[in-house]
Amino acid sequence: MAAHNLKHALFCAIVTLIISYPILGFNLASEGTTVTLEGAKTSTIVGVLLAAVVVFLFQLFRDNLMGSLRQLPAVNPLANRKPMEQSKRLKLESTLLTLMIIGALVWPFIASRGAVDLSTLVLIYIMLALGLNVVVGLAGLLDLGYVAFYAVGAYTFALLSQYYGVSFWFALPIGALLAALFGLVLGFPVLRLRGDYLAIVTLGFGEIIRILLNNMTNLTGGPNGIGGIPDPTLFGMEFGRRVKEEGNTSFHETFGIAYSGEHKVIFLYLIALVLAVITAIAIRRLMRMPVGRAWEALREDEIAAKSLGLNRTAVKLSAFTIGAFFAGFAGTVFASKQGFISPESFVFLESAIILAIVVLGGMGSQMGVILAAIAVTILPELAREFSEYRMLIFGAAMVLMMVWRPQGLLPMRRIHIELKKQE
Amino acid sequence: MLEVQNLSMRFGGLLAVDQVSLDVREHEIVAIIGPNGAGKTTVFNCMSGFYKPTGGKILFKGGEIQGKPDYKISRLGLVRTFQHVRLFSRMTVVENLLVAQHRHLNTNLLSGILNTPNYREKEQKSLDRAAYWLDRVGLTDMANREAGNLAYGQQRRLEIARCMVTEPKLLMLDEPAAGLNPAETKDLNQLIISLKEDYNVSVVLIEHDMSLVMDISDRINVINQGRPLASGTPDEIRRNDDVIKAYLGEA
Repeated sequence: MAAHNLKHALFCAIVTLIISYPILGFNLASEGTTVTLEGAKTSTIVGVLLAAVVVFLFQLFRDNLMGSLRQLPAVNPLANRKPMEQSKRLKLESTLLTLMIIGALVWPFIASRGAVDLSTLVLIYIMLALGLNVVVGLAGLLDLGYVAFYAVGAYTFALLSQYYGVSFWFALPIGALLAALFGLVLGFPVLRLRGDYLAIVTLGFGEIIRILLNNMTNLTGGPNGIGGIPDPTLFGMEFGRRVKEEGNTSFHETFGIAYSGEHKVIFLYLIALVLAVITAIAIRRLMRMPVGRAWEALREDEIAAKSLGLNRTAVKLSAFTIGAFFAGFAGTVFASKQGFISPESFVFLESAIILAIVVLGGMGSQMGVILAAIAVTILPELAREFSEYRMLIFGAAMVLMMVWRPQGLLPMRRIHIELKKQE
Repeated sequence: MLEVQNLSMRFGGLLAVDQVSLDVREHEIVAIIGPNGAGKTTVFNCMSGFYKPTGGKILFKGGEIQGKPDYKISRLGLVRTFQHVRLFSRMTVVENLLVAQHRHLNTNLLSGILNTPNYREKEQKSLDRAAYWLDRVGLTDMANREAGNLAYGQQRRLEIARCMVTEPKLLMLDEPAAGLNPAETKDLNQLIISLKEDYNVSVVLIEHDMSLVMDISDRINVINQGRPLASGTPDEIRRNDDVIKAYLGEA
């Protein structure tokens, strides 16, 4: 036992050294045009060694340590409580939701401009994650190219405004519908695929869209992107200092207030909020409808679902289409918020992050996905002080999360259905 | 009602089912028996549209159904269960029954989102139907449990209830008694007879439990190595020398 522990501890310590020494122990220094490698400060190297020693000692005495830890009185007082009753839980949930929405409405008027801008991004991610939740969480179709539909929404608005001068409000439904159409078209070839194969093919689709955008230079401007995307207007009122389009008035002049750049940011935030709430409510309804149950049934057992008369093609395509529809929504808002888009914004990493949000939040759970979207978008911003280590911290947080709570932040709860008693 | 004529199914070089014929009349329980690997489940898979048979015809109410997609066959009223229970295990018991009623529901997206009266009425009707069948198979108390957490016997009953809420005309049961204890098998026995008597459903079943088969079947078909061996009433089958040699064994 002891010998086995020693071996294991040594192994862990060496792995720690191997991983951390090359990352922390060397620095790249540029001298003129060449880059040279130099050793880090002594304190860093001592730190790395100390870390290895700590890992070694912990692994050596792990059984004792964990044993004594277990004897501590339960740290988590909530660990053994009974699940709340459905009626109580629903009440609590709706109160919390109302508070959240009120908070979200008040937020832009008390927070700084940067914070509101970030919140808009959070709301965009919430929309994206809720949409992907339909495809991955409910229908069980692993989609790694989800960002393609986001790109379709964004580029639809950008191109329509560039070539035809279409406004945000017209482009919003068009962008969403076009993204949905793409979802439908891309859904067809992947109908027969499941699991890994589906993941690879959708990944390919995501890349195809991005590379197309990159290379159709005469239409999309290629890597240079499209700029000058107009801001949304409020009943024909623009938020810029000067009115750009004939016939429009400007917001600050109409209300006789001083011009402020914040008006636009707040307005965009409010649009994103309304759209996110609509997305959440619509998908919540869908989940309780026959189509929502069909998605889940197909995820649970495709063969049984078919034997009960569910049309696999229709059910899968509806999941793809509806998921893509909301991504199109989010894309239009994104284009309007940035004012400039390029294929750079729609790389695979975006798909991965949206998927991470869904998995972290708990597949199929709306509240969980919303919380995770907030966490995943804001955490890297909060960890800005750690600059280059923040992705490392983000990764570590994900790993720990998956170890301790693989079902996600707030796993999906089944809906309790009251039945009438039979006489 | 259902007529299978010279059904053949070939997988590459293997002829799994060879010229099997059987027929099921209204209001009848027909059993298919035979040793393991005889091709009983393959016949089922052809009948329910999971396989496209390589030869022969399957007529349901006069129309040919061989090679039709599985979900269309199911919508015609030809519904099956599986040898290994196939429930939607992470969904609740009621939800399992609601999924099965897909075609009775208003699946229009818009009317669902707007919660129109027609949508609500249909939803309520299927809830009532689900409640009725849960009561019928004695699972009312389990209504909101996850189906995967039920005991095995309960899962079997739920699977039959899930078929029945689709209001089938012909029910195909693949080894419904497998893994059940004698008391549960007896309950199942009664349930199947009542399906025929009270709900006017014809039943085709594959089963190895001879007491169950002999008790409830009106007619029995024996298949051996993909070929039909005999068919007739339980008494005729019990006395058939070929069947005794191939399957029942000498007593």
